[in-house]
This record gives sequence, C-alpha cells and structure tokens, in this order.
Amino acid sequence: MLTVSVYRYNPETDAEPYMQDYQVDTKGKDVMVLDVLEMLKAEDNSLVYRRSCREGVCGSDGMNIAGKNGLACITPLSEVVKNNKLVIRPLPGLPVIRDLVIDMTQFYAQYEKIKPYLINDTPAPAIERLQSPEERAKLDGLYECILCACCSTACPSFWWNPDKFIGPSGLLQAYRFLADSRDTATEQRLAELDDPFSVFRCHGIMNCVQVCPKGLNPTRAIGHIRNMLLRSAA
Amino acid sequence: MVTSVTSFGRSGLSDWLLQRITAVIMTAYLVFVVVYFAANDVDYASWLALNQCLPMKMFSLLTVLSIAIHSWIGMWGVLTDYVTVRLMGAKATALRMLFQLGMIAVSLLYVVWAIDILWGI
Repeated sequence: MLTVSVYRYNPETDAEPYMQDYQVDTKGKDVMVLDVLEMLKAEDNSLVYRRSCREGVCGSDGMNIAGKNGLACITPLSEVVKNNKLVIRPLPGLPVIRDLVIDMTQFYAQYEKIKPYLINDTPAPAIERLQSPEERAKLDGLYECILCACCSTACPSFWWNPDKFIGPSGLLQAYRFLADSRDTATEQRLAELDDPFSVFRCHGIMNCVQVCPKGLNPTRAIGHIRNMLLRSAA
Repeated sequence: MVTSVTSFGRSGLSDWLLQRITAVIMTAYLVFVVVYFAANDVDYASWLALNQCLPMKMFSLLTVLSIAIHSWIGMWGVLTDYVTVRLMGAKATALRMLFQLGMIAVSLLYVVWAIDILWGI
C-alpha cells in the first residue's frame, strides 16, 4: 500500500489547510501521479484538482509532487515515491482556491503583459508571412511552452514579486516573440522590459529549468533578452 | 514596464551592468591585494609607499565607489524582495525607505571617509 499525503483546503469549511493521508493500492504498477489522484477521487470525491488531457499537453495538472513542481499526468510514481510515501501539494506561491487548485490570475496577468501575439504593421501578403527554416529554428525550445506555471511558481523572485516580475514562463514567451522574424515590434517589446523588475529580477538560479516538464530553458531565454537589451541600449 | 524610483539607475539594464562591472573591479582589487601580500615581504614602509602613489589611491577609491554602488543595487534588490507591502502590509514602504536611506547614507559616508583616508596618507 502506498501512503499519499495530499494538501487539503476548502475555504468554505476549513479554518486552515491540512495534509490528509490516503492509502492506495497501485497493485505494484508504476502508474502516473494523476492516476493515483483519480483513484483517490473515486474514493473521496471532495478532493479537487485540475486535469484535462492527461498526456502533458494541456498544462492543467501542474502541482508540487514530492517537493518538486511537475505535471501529475506525466510524472511516474517511481520518480517521486520515497519510503512508500508520496506528498502532493498545490503549486507554491499563488493563492489556493481549493485543495490542489490555485488561482493563476497573476500568472496570466504577467503573460498578458508581454503581448503574446505577433505584431506586424506591414501590409499582409496575399497568402502568408514566410520564414526561412533558419528563422523558424530560432523558435524551437520557445513555442513548446504549455503555460502550466510549474516554472514561475518554482521561482523565488516570482514568489516575492508576482505583480512586478514577469516570471520565467512569461519571459520565455517574451523571447519567443522577440526572436520571431515576422514580428516588427522588437523595440517596443524591449522598451517595456527595461525596468529593474520585469526581466532583471531573474538572478539565474535556474529553478525554472530544473522543473520544466517540457524540458525548456527559460534562463537561457532570459539571457537572450538581456543581450538584446544590451545591444539595443549600449 | 514597472516604474521604480528607488533603484540605483532606474533602468534594470544599467543596474545589472553596473552590478557586473563593480563586481569585476572589486575582484580585481581583492586579487591585487592578496597577490601583493603573497608576493612581497610587506612592511610599513613599502605599504605606505604603495598607498601614497596616485594610481593606487585611484584604484582604492574606485573599489570603494564600487562597493557603494554594488551594495546599493544589491540591498535594493533584497529589500524589494522581503520588505514589501505584499509581505508586511502598509508599513513596509516606510520601513523600506528608512532602511534604504540609512544604507545610502552609510555608503556615502564611507566614500567620503575613504577619500579622507586615501588623500591623507
């Protein structure tokens, strides 16, 4: 039997959050953490969490599993169970709505700030804006972000200043549009980022890189943004 | 764009760059002094002679200025992480200003003191 300790909090009935222990029989199979949560849910339907695609694409089930942020659906038990025990908490740093569900408003507000869409003032061509394979290759490692918030909620700079620091996820996306050959708003985008908080709260501790379930590297993207700022201003 | 009037250079980029440049200057000074002590049989007369020459005074002053700038930027970063309205409530801003002004005052006094010492040798 596996002991699963889950963070529980229902603001309507609980004065404060607590950890609840469940016993789960996985029949010796190395299932995903999400499968275990489904088993718990079948037993106790008051348990609340977000999920959707169950294959690491939608980014709904980001949570803190055995102390490390990750997606429950693609994290096998063998990676996170220690001494037959599994601890599951919500992503840290953002307000908890209930159990493992967090309020991601601040995370999305930062994403919105970086204008996550192509800006191009030139007249649209008849068919489409073309890119060379080399130009397209610059977006690899950037466009794959699924906005699960595992990185930003693992970042102490984001914990302390979620209203001012864009956070690793938003900055990875910011660079995705700065690096896009079809985008013509590079100067305006850079001007928006050149304050002491938006980009420069990053001290390069690389928690974001360590937790990203898609294997992306926000710290490198932030370094690229810094170099672009330096080149445009030096 | 987040506005901030209490950071050293107002721009994140200039603060970041100054933080790196001042770090290099302080490291160079530290290495120089350590090597100087390790490589020479230093006595009062040679130490006095070294610190009486103008390039050394300039190097020392540059290092003191670097410490002041570096600590301003660094402490501003620490204070805006932990002494904030989000974490402490409304009194945080006044408290942070007090800490920061105190730190700036101390840094400036150190710079003036250093000038007095260096050019008094």
